[in-house]
Amino acid sequence: MSKIKELEDFATQVRRDILRQVHKVNSGHPGGSLGCTEFFTALYQGGIMEHKPEFNMDGKDEDLFFLSNGHISPVFYSVLARSGYFPVDELNTFRLIDSRLQGHPTTHEGLPGIRVASGSLGQGMSVALGAAQAKKLNKDSHLIFSLHGDGELQEGQNWEAIMYAAGNKVDNIIATVDLNGQQIDGSTETVLPMGNLKAKFEAFGWDVMEIEDGNDMQQVLDGLTEAKSRTGKGKPVCVLMTTVMGNGVDFMMHTHAWHGKAPNDEQLETALSQNPETLGDY
Amino acid sequence: MKTYTDTGKKDTRSGFGDGLTELGRTNPNVVALCADLVGSLKMQDFIDENPERFFQVGIAEANMMGMAAGLTIGGKIPFAGTFANFATGRVYDQIRQSIAYSGKNVKICASHSGVTLGEDGATHQILEDIGLMKMLPGMTVINTCDYNQTKAATLAIAEHDGPVYLRFGRPKVANFTAEDQKFEIGKAVQLYDGEDVTIIATGHLVWEAIQAAQKLSEKGISADVINIHTIKPLDAKAIIKSVKKTGCVVTAEEHNFLGGLGESVARTLAENNPAPQEFVATQDTFGESGTPEQLFEKYGLNAEAIIKATEKVLKRK
Repeated sequence: MSKIKELEDFATQVRRDILRQVHKVNSGHPGGSLGCTEFFTALYQGGIMEHKPEFNMDGKDEDLFFLSNGHISPVFYSVLARSGYFPVDELNTFRLIDSRLQGHPTTHEGLPGIRVASGSLGQGMSVALGAAQAKKLNKDSHLIFSLHGDGELQEGQNWEAIMYAAGNKVDNIIATVDLNGQQIDGSTETVLPMGNLKAKFEAFGWDVMEIEDGNDMQQVLDGLTEAKSRTGKGKPVCVLMTTVMGNGVDFMMHTHAWHGKAPNDEQLETALSQNPETLGDY
Repeated sequence: MKTYTDTGKKDTRSGFGDGLTELGRTNPNVVALCADLVGSLKMQDFIDENPERFFQVGIAEANMMGMAAGLTIGGKIPFAGTFANFATGRVYDQIRQSIAYSGKNVKICASHSGVTLGEDGATHQILEDIGLMKMLPGMTVINTCDYNQTKAATLAIAEHDGPVYLRFGRPKVANFTAEDQKFEIGKAVQLYDGEDVTIIATGHLVWEAIQAAQKLSEKGISADVINIHTIKPLDAKAIIKSVKKTGCVVTAEEHNFLGGLGESVARTLAENNPAPQEFVATQDTFGESGTPEQLFEKYGLNAEAIIKATEKVLKRK
């Protein structure tokens, strides 16, 4: 089997996991999770990140990932579990009482793979920058990856961090923005247009590149590989990655309707039929 | 009666700065961040000696708190310094999610707390920060009284694993605690043993409490005086023991009476040993411009106010 086909099969299973997690508790955020499935698969399974199988909070001598838009926890949990950080069966406890899989990711319950709580938006880039500076102090040449929603960039703290990163040449970070053009109240264009994000990041002094189709596994792999090659050159690297919210489930695509809504029994069946089991359901 | 000698007026923020400088020499994991207030926080010596371990973030406190959280991932012990107002209220959600809920080993170092920063006025005089910080699960809250205690506290919190809010101030005040003191987080310091009233003070009000106790003694009133530098975790044992003996209490702090030391003491006593209490604190108000002495007098935060509160609480016994 080709590597791409293997990764696509992994992503298909992750989509099933996302749908089944949110369906079981009738809550959670499937839309953005489905849209970022290829990205997470590439990071943890596609050889983009060098990461150790056992979890250590300090993360010395490995690449680290920070999820800023914490509401897409279902995709994060599925990929972490299927990458060996915790038992896949634990996905059954998503959002339930006494679970380590809280609605939004947290270190509080000690879930391996999570290094900071996120959910209140706009904070992840600052944390990622701190971790990046710690890596430099520790003379650790590994990289920091982060993911941010496009709507999330409406939070002002991001721009403090974006200014800091370029001004201080934090060039060991790759911040990816999920450009799905949707947020809770509608499209980003109708809620609060953000203008030309590429020009904005560039004006702040970042090296900006684009992934045109963030749901094409090959493009995501190639894009992130290219992004890695641009680190260490005096500028922080931004990847503007266009995705389709709800990707892989026809009735969830191209709408904000499934941002924070779970499918019912019938909808789940349809959605799963479009994503046949590949690695075995939990 | 024991005398406490002012060895020369010094600002508590210099105690922080000198403590940080010492940590720079002794603990390679200590790093510092500041949001454009290096001079006010007395951080320059640390920066001169450890330029690579200092992060100037500019006027961007939210980013500073997030970066401090991130620096702990990799084993650093970040000391993030700015004015108390900008170190708490302005960045409450960043502290709540990225530091407290995430259990990060960040030291939030807040200067210019209370009204005694003086002439800048109410925009900069936060009187709500103790309440904000003590409500966060897992947050340790410390308010020091003089230069020596602030320096000792700065050294001590580096050894404590977990988020800490360290509150100190701008004006030069009496320096009377021991230079070589051992600072124990959560441990009350007994200043006077007395029988009639318990006076529990924190921060700049501790010196005022000492002055008050001496004047009360001249009137034949014997005060048990406790210096509470750690508001959370509170030394409940010391408080209960003292109030069991005296039967009443006056709390004194440079903070709103809502949410401060006084409320923590009241809750402790309500649960364990109910007793009459008077609160020397600001009365749900903002501050204003003025000298520290004028503001202490106007807002009832000096030795005279503690004496009046004592006389009142004694009648309620």
